[in-house]
Order: sequence, then structure tokens, then C-alpha cells
Amino acid sequence: MIKLRTAFENKKAFIAFLTAGDPDLETTEKLIYEMVKNGVDLIEIGIPFSDPIAEGVVIQEADIRSLANGTTTEKIFDMVEKIRPNVKIPLVFMTYMNVLFGYGTDKFMSRCKDIGIDGIIVPDVPYEEKDELLPYCHKYGIELVSLVAPTSHDRITKIAKDAEGFLYVVSSLGVTGVRSEIKTDINEIVSLAKSVSDIPCAVGFGISTPEQAEKMCSNADGAIVGSAIVKIIAKYGKDSVKPVGEYVKSMADACHSVSV
Amino acid sequence: MSKGRFGIHGGQYIPETLMNAVNELEQAYNFYKDDPQFNKELDELFREYTGRPSLLYYAEKMTKDLGGAKIYLKREDLNHTGSHKINNALGQALLAKKMGKTRLIAETGAGQHGVATATVAALLGMECEVFMGKVDTERQALNVYRMELLGAKVHPVTSGTMTLKDAVNETFREWVSRIDDTHYVLGSVMGPHPFPTIVRDFQSVISKEIKSQILEKEGRLPDAVIACVGGGSNAMGAFYNFIEDKDVQLIGCEAAGLGVDNPKNAATMANGRLGIFHGMKSYFCQDEFGQIAPVYSISAGLDYPGIGPEHANLKDTGRAKYVPITDEEAVNAFEYLSRTEGIIPAIESSHAVAYALKLAPTMPKDKIIVINISGRGDKDVAAIARYRGVDIHD
Repeated sequence: MIKLRTAFENKKAFIAFLTAGDPDLETTEKLIYEMVKNGVDLIEIGIPFSDPIAEGVVIQEADIRSLANGTTTEKIFDMVEKIRPNVKIPLVFMTYMNVLFGYGTDKFMSRCKDIGIDGIIVPDVPYEEKDELLPYCHKYGIELVSLVAPTSHDRITKIAKDAEGFLYVVSSLGVTGVRSEIKTDINEIVSLAKSVSDIPCAVGFGISTPEQAEKMCSNADGAIVGSAIVKIIAKYGKDSVKPVGEYVKSMADACHSVSV
Repeated sequence: MSKGRFGIHGGQYIPETLMNAVNELEQAYNFYKDDPQFNKELDELFREYTGRPSLLYYAEKMTKDLGGAKIYLKREDLNHTGSHKINNALGQALLAKKMGKTRLIAETGAGQHGVATATVAALLGMECEVFMGKVDTERQALNVYRMELLGAKVHPVTSGTMTLKDAVNETFREWVSRIDDTHYVLGSVMGPHPFPTIVRDFQSVISKEIKSQILEKEGRLPDAVIACVGGGSNAMGAFYNFIEDKDVQLIGCEAAGLGVDNPKNAATMANGRLGIFHGMKSYFCQDEFGQIAPVYSISAGLDYPGIGPEHANLKDTGRAKYVPITDEEAVNAFEYLSRTEGIIPAIESSHAVAYALKLAPTMPKDKIIVINISGRGDKDVAAIARYRGVDIHD
């Protein structure tokens, strides 16, 4: 087990997301290695879901492509098990509750532990429902990442107080996807969180350029990028390894250029 | 256990971004549901605008033809806009207006809930946008035009199976992106708390009326109440005030499409298993890895892979039973009621009629069945003609 916190040690973190099995699991493997080579600090591996209600079109389509290719939770577990010995950064799964529940939450977390998954993000399980996950997370030592949103207001301190790993700060209203502008006062959310906990705060949703990443890292402890990466994978398919590597390098460099 | 539970079912499995919105909705609803002024306004709209109470009609010809239990039809099809959906749309829109919202969004399957929401938005002077699976916009083209006529914007949803489930996904996505001025008028007894409770309460007027009407006509309660179930709002409305009356059998009829053993069905109670989706823990049609199954029914309104959490609990406790009805059985019932009583039921409601056709002849003549005719079938005429191989234009 690697603590998610280590991604934030002595630097601002660059966190990358990709959908497992898009375009296929072999490419996902190569993409993970390439991201690590280019300076990513933590990877969110998306387990595709048929109906991802928090995702914009880009990740929805990646999920559909992956599922259509026959990707299953079991095959993703096998892929992670294979690469884990060669990857030294924290790895987390991001998926929807029914993927865990359908597999059996206990069995799912037990497999996570066996294959070396360090944390989990489940966007359709809010604070009020975390008993659905937390007992199993604790049983197997998997950190449960909590999310706060621009609409969270009075809920921020409550959520931050109990948060594990890092706090996922949702930058804007809406679903995942590239945005030209982020208007939310990230500083305010982060300082509220920091007033009750020393939890690292990483900002996600809508970030695509090194400039945005740098700006987010000056307000928070890290930046999370998903759709922009998935877009490159959608465009280049099996040939996306090099362009994704180059993109990740530009983003990781931007994050790491911000002093702690 | 978190809030809004029916046994183990229900809950609030939604993104953090929506949590304050559903909490505000819950607070507002808890206040207004007991507010005399709110109830007075809603009662007046029910009476003067919808035409409530809807009739409880003794289907004498059908009763004689089947030769068994006495059959009554609860005529929700006679409501303004042609279905029970208006009960909930009026209630939620009035609540949203009190909360200061100016814009309504809704999902729709057959289009009945979309039409009801568009109607109410026009009446109350609110903006309205409706999300409808592209497949459904094609098989229910008439309702798309009705919504547009009423001033609503209809968004055809092209993701997934392009039916009701995908329309719900897209409406949630829209709500996440615009919360301040927007209320999501969820159309069935599903989704995160407090929706299953709110929708059930606004629909429970159906069973409240059935109860007083049957007591007046027969001096006793019915032996069975039959309703179709997709998400389950008309059934919940028709069952609710009878739940404590243990001698009244409650029967939900779900869409079996081409048959429960054929992959093309939407029979959640027969084929689904426990899951967590669309904000709730309940039963869902899904594969071994929890991927939601693509379901099918001739009826766009029942073409949904889940069911409301209160129904899931009524099944667990054995208080209600759920039976599958195929496309063919429903179409036969659609035609039967049209010819026998001169009433064209919605293809959704025809699933309930189909079960009554099987049940009534097995019961003695002194027994009473109430079928909830949740909507009228004008919208389905073209689709049924196509099913029978007749090509007519909508």
C-alpha cells in the first residue's frame, strides 16, 4: 500500500485519469507506464460504467468504447496486478457504485488490496452514504477519496474533517469535461478544508492547459486532468502513447513549477 | 442507514454537487406538505385544472365478458394531459415555484411526463426543458410536438440505449450544471431521497380517491388493485392508501417485452437484482459486473431497467406482487379494452389490463378488481398500428 498523500510530498501533484480498456487494456498498460515516465504523481484508473452520470461526453464515450471491446472489472484487476510491481506511485480506481456493488463490495476491495490499488473514488457516493464503502475500505486499507463541489458550502468542513488520501475539489458545476474558464473561488474551498484538516486538496473538472494547471496548483495542492487525456486517446487510439506522454509532461512540469 | 429508506432500499447515491439541492428540496417539501395554503392551491389546481377526482368506472361489459370478478377502471386517462403524470408535475412545479425556481427540467419516456411538465410550466410561467431518448422521440413523435407546442424545448438524448434510462442520466447531468434556478421534476417514484416520497405523496391522490369512490359504490374495499410499473409512480399512487388494508391484493405489472426469458425485456422484478443506480438502492436489470442492462419494451414508459425503492420493499415484504406482461399480451389488452369498453388505454396501462384479463375469470363474481388506467392511448395508436403491420402516419 502506498499512501495517497505521498503524491503531494514536497511538490504540487499532477494527477491523471484514463479509462481502462480504451482503446484496449494493452494500450492502457503502455499509457500508465508512459505517464509515470513523464512525471505523473498519481493515476486514477477509470473502470468503465454503462451509465456514468457525473461524466461529460468525452469520458462517456470512452466508457462505451471500452465496454464494447469486452473490458470487464476482472480483466482490469488482472492488468493492474501485472503492472503494479513496476509502478511506484499511488494508483486509485475511479468508478460508480454499482460496479463495486455488482461485483460485491467486500470482494472488490479485497481484490484491490491484493493487486495493489491504494485508493478509490466513487462520485455517486456522497458523505451521507459512505457507510456503503468505508467499512470495506478500512478492512482492506484502501483510502476513500471524498469530493467537494462549488455547491458544498456548509458541507465542506464536515467532509474535509473525515477525508482520507486527498480531497477532490470539483472546480465547477456540471459534469467532467474541458472548460475554457473556471470561475469558482477555489481558494475559499481550500482554505475552509484546511481550517479543519491538513488533507491535500487537488482540483479537477475542466482543467486542460498547463496555464490552468499552474493556476490551480497555486491555489491548491494539485491538479487533476481526465477529459483532456481521454480526448487524446480517443483521437490517436493505440498510437496515443507518445502524444499522451508529451501532454502529461507539459502538465506535470507546469504543476511541479509551482513552489510548495 | 441514511435518509429516505424503504427497508434496505432508497437512499441518496448522487454526486456531491447535488447534495445541497436535494437537501433544500427536502426541507421545502417538509414545510409545504403541511402548509394549508400550499395544499389549498394544489387542491384547486387538481380540481379546476386537472379535472379531479378522476372517475372510477364500472366496466360492466368487460366484467360480463370475462365472467368473474367485478372490474372497475380508475380513469387517470381522463386527467388533463391524458395521464396520471400531471398529479406529480403540478405538485412539484408548485413546490419549485415556492422555492423560487424559475426553470423546470424533466426526463420522459413515453412523453407523458414531459407533456405534463411542459403543461404545468406553461401554466405557472416557468421555463421548461425535457430530455427524451432519441428512440422514444421517434416512437412517440406526437408527444414531442405537443411539448414544443406547450413552449418546452425537447432534447433528444443520443447516449446509451437512447431510451428512458439515458434520458434520466442526461437530466441529472443538466441539473448538476445548473442548480440555482432549476428544479428537476423527476417523473417517477425513483431517484435519490426525497423524490420517491414526494412523487408517491403527489400520486397517492389516486388511491385516496379509489378508496372513497369504491366505498360509496360498493360499500367495501376492492380485493385487488392492479397497475403497471416502470419506475412505478402510478402503481405507487394506486397502492399507497391500501398498504395497511392487508386484504387488498396489490399487483404491479411490469414490461416483459418479448418474454422474461428473452433478452429483450424490461422485467426488473423478475430478472433484476439488488443494485445502486440513479440515486437509489433498488432492483436493477444488470450484468454480473454491475453494468446496467439494455432493456426493451414496446412501451416507452415502462422501458426502464430499475424500479422505485418503495416497490422493491413492497416486494421484499410480500405486500405487493409483481407479474411480467409481454408486448403481445399488452397489445391484445389495448385492443380488447378499446373494443369492449370504448376506452383506448395507454400501452403502459394496457399491461395492467392484460393481467386483469387473466385474473378476473379466476375470481368469483362477488370479488372486485380495480385497474388503474394510468393514461390514454391516443399517443400509441400509430405504434400499435405498426406492431400490427399497418403503416399509418402519426
